Amino acid sequence: MTGVSTATVQEAPVTVAPARFMDRQRRLGVGVTLIGLVAAILFGALAPSQTARFTLSEDAQGAALSINGQFGAILFGVIAIAAGAVLLAGLLRRYQTTILVLGILAFVLSFLCWQVAGKFLPLVDTVSGSLELAVPLILGALAGVLGERSGVVNVAIEGQFLMGAFFAALVGTMATSVWAGLFSAALGGVLIAAILAVLAIRFLVDQVVVGIVLNLLALGITGFLYERLMQPDAQSYNEPPKMPEWRIPGLADIPVVGPVLFDTNLLVWLALILVFALHFGLTRSRWGLRTRAVGEHPTAADTVGIRVRGLRYLNVLIGGVIAGAGGAYFTLVSTGSFNKNMTAGAGFIALAALIFGRWTPFGALGAALFFGFAQKLATYLSVAGSPVPSQFLNMLPYLATIVAVAGLVGRVRGPAAAGQPYVKS
Amino acid sequence: MANDHIDLTVEPGEVHALLGENGAGKSTLMNQLYGLLQPDEGEILVDGEARTFRSPRDAIAAGIGMVHQHFMLVPVFTVAENIALGAEKTRAGFLDRRRARREVLEVSARYGLPVDPDAVVENLPVGAQQRVEIVKALTRDVDLLILDEPTAVLTPQETEELLAVMRGLCDAGKSIVFITHKLKEVKAIADRITVIRRGQTVGTASPDTPEDELAALMVGRAVTLEVSKEHAKPGREVLTIAGLCVDDDRGVRAVDGVDLEIRAGEVLGIAGVQGNGQTELVEAVMGLREALTGTIKVDNEDLTGMTTKQILRSGIGYVPEDRSLDGVVKEFSVAENLVLDQYDRPPYGNAFRLNPAAIDAAARERVEQFDIRTSSPGSAVSTLSGGNQQKVVVAREMSRPLRLFIAAQPTRGVDVGSIEFIHGRIVHERDVGTAVLVVSSELDEVVALADRIAVMYRGRILAIVPPTTPREELGLLMAGITGPNAASVAPAAGSEDKGTK
Repeated sequence: MTGVSTATVQEAPVTVAPARFMDRQRRLGVGVTLIGLVAAILFGALAPSQTARFTLSEDAQGAALSINGQFGAILFGVIAIAAGAVLLAGLLRRYQTTILVLGILAFVLSFLCWQVAGKFLPLVDTVSGSLELAVPLILGALAGVLGERSGVVNVAIEGQFLMGAFFAALVGTMATSVWAGLFSAALGGVLIAAILAVLAIRFLVDQVVVGIVLNLLALGITGFLYERLMQPDAQSYNEPPKMPEWRIPGLADIPVVGPVLFDTNLLVWLALILVFALHFGLTRSRWGLRTRAVGEHPTAADTVGIRVRGLRYLNVLIGGVIAGAGGAYFTLVSTGSFNKNMTAGAGFIALAALIFGRWTPFGALGAALFFGFAQKLATYLSVAGSPVPSQFLNMLPYLATIVAVAGLVGRVRGPAAAGQPYVKS
Repeated sequence: MANDHIDLTVEPGEVHALLGENGAGKSTLMNQLYGLLQPDEGEILVDGEARTFRSPRDAIAAGIGMVHQHFMLVPVFTVAENIALGAEKTRAGFLDRRRARREVLEVSARYGLPVDPDAVVENLPVGAQQRVEIVKALTRDVDLLILDEPTAVLTPQETEELLAVMRGLCDAGKSIVFITHKLKEVKAIADRITVIRRGQTVGTASPDTPEDELAALMVGRAVTLEVSKEHAKPGREVLTIAGLCVDDDRGVRAVDGVDLEIRAGEVLGIAGVQGNGQTELVEAVMGLREALTGTIKVDNEDLTGMTTKQILRSGIGYVPEDRSLDGVVKEFSVAENLVLDQYDRPPYGNAFRLNPAAIDAAARERVEQFDIRTSSPGSAVSTLSGGNQQKVVVAREMSRPLRLFIAAQPTRGVDVGSIEFIHGRIVHERDVGTAVLVVSSELDEVVALADRIAVMYRGRILAIVPPTTPREELGLLMAGITGPNAASVAPAAGSEDKGTK
């Protein structure tokens, strides 16, 4: 090998064509600046110059954070513009996500200042209401995370919700036990998950098609049984006991956080604990490493002796348990009885939270909370007689997902093998 | 039947080469040995004991490791995670990452295979990924290591290094099965050679068997290893590329300021390790990928901004590198595949209907002319062998009047007989005055076909050299190393060294 001693490795010189100026951060900057402008000008102009009160209690009384509505709307709008400008200038790239969140938060606050001016918004009620709406979304999205990270797309979350809600009401009433209800809800979710798993993993049917069909199946079964069984005799079949709220003494007295987190029911804790458990499980445990491998490159997992299909079955079924429990939330916590199609698309919002949260447990949590907040705010606005139609806020989860999937908020890359059945060559 | 009563014995501490053409059944045999496929008949003995392998788990337990041709690494995992996968050590229920790292570093130091345990695999060059695969096998205490076409993705220098590593492993008492179709490597490293043809063992040979004998054994008849061709008579400048920049799918610059020209009646070969921008360069010329800057002209007509259909019809033939994805529609018949480019033009059809009689007649003619082995022109292309599928693509692309012919990896996965034929057609196309661009990761192919060789490295043309350039020098260029030797050769080829721009 002559010439090696005198040879030089070619230095990569500066690229000839300039790197694209409108990179991800600058595109984000444009977006944040635009919503900031909307906030400062539109919200600022519309907001009456009256005090907006954000009370720490559940009503208009007591301690409150107060700000002049018009001033606040403009102030937070300007903050959003500033955040957008920082992104646009290409500064502080390390803190990109933080600045992005700050900008969006400022926009939301500006909106609130406009809406609340001359009125009040009870903070505890808003936060706990958002969390309550978010709990089934969190559970549903976690079920999706489990499936998709191991390579099985689960669009049947809605169906699992419905089955969970139905069985929770039915068995809960018949056994007059909320725990029996919760247990059968999990079974209902597993039932749908099992059909999904067998058809998708064993029989290689298109997973999205199976998911949609299962949603319709669950809607049909529960609707039929509701009309034939529950409606004629609600007392014996559709009056489940409600889940008890447990109050942890001491911790429950912390302002705002206390009543929200420490004076609530089991499912709220379950959802939050599961977020942490799945996060550490996926990133730190043997099961998690194998699950991710199976979802990214099943053949590679197979060649090191991992049972690809077995692991997929396991994860989809655990997902069924979690989504079923999420369904129980509708009957055992929210309303106290089953109703035809009562989940009304929540499963699809959970799916949106999964994607918006980029297939991670904490992402799913954040997205679910955001969507829960949007729904809560929609209710508040319609009660408060706001000029903004509440349907606009209900659209938010879908809108946010479209923005996320379109790649405007960073590149969304799901597990590489999601949706692909594994067949040995 | 992919394997028909094959016998194979591997001794401890030897490199046993398994030589055979693409599709001869080498990989099928090894996948049975590794538990990925189950044999219908026959048995596997390890240290004299019969074993059945239901899955790779059993094979690993029996001390067998395999480095697959397409690496079995999870791209988004780190090196340490990939190596630990399937044999994870845990501490208090959690993965013991520190121990995983330590094991990687230990094995990598013991066998002289440098790998960075914290690097993410998708960011590593293929040579490094291959080292990761070997370390992965070694951490599992294998006695027998199967390497499936390990040199296909390596530069000549990396191949040298790999052969040295293999030697070291054998000295440490490991046995290696080395699957390849490259005769030079077999002769350089193997202790024994088993030749497989059409699923059967056709003989064993020692490494001092001459190359042409090995080739004859492999193919079943005498073959010419060289492409015979006259000196090129370059004419007018046909393709002119200036200042071309192209991004890859991830938005990373793949072609970085390429200038190139090809004259009528010459073959320009692009040599380089896969993934140095060759694919993107060709796709940009064909209008399949956006050219960020620069111009691509054929006879002074700018192609940038034209659709691929317009480009094809302006007299450019194109053999794409991924035959099954871009070259043919597998479920379509041979006849249909032969008119994929002209189905909407007379005589084959018009905007509203096809003319089956004309399509069939043309197909029969092409099948004859290009020696396409098919039961009938109506058979689906998927029933053909790789070589015959490729002949369908070549036949289609050569049946338009051409000014420029572009062939990317024209003989990948193609048997020796078809390689000879396709090479002959490419040279013939050159001789009738077409400008030809050949891109291949097989250096032998580029050297055999090209009148000038452009070496591509990290999106740039490092040098343009004549095909008589010594191999070591080409190898160094492919690794991005320009030394005094290469620099002195480049101007002689009539072109400046683009890499220093």
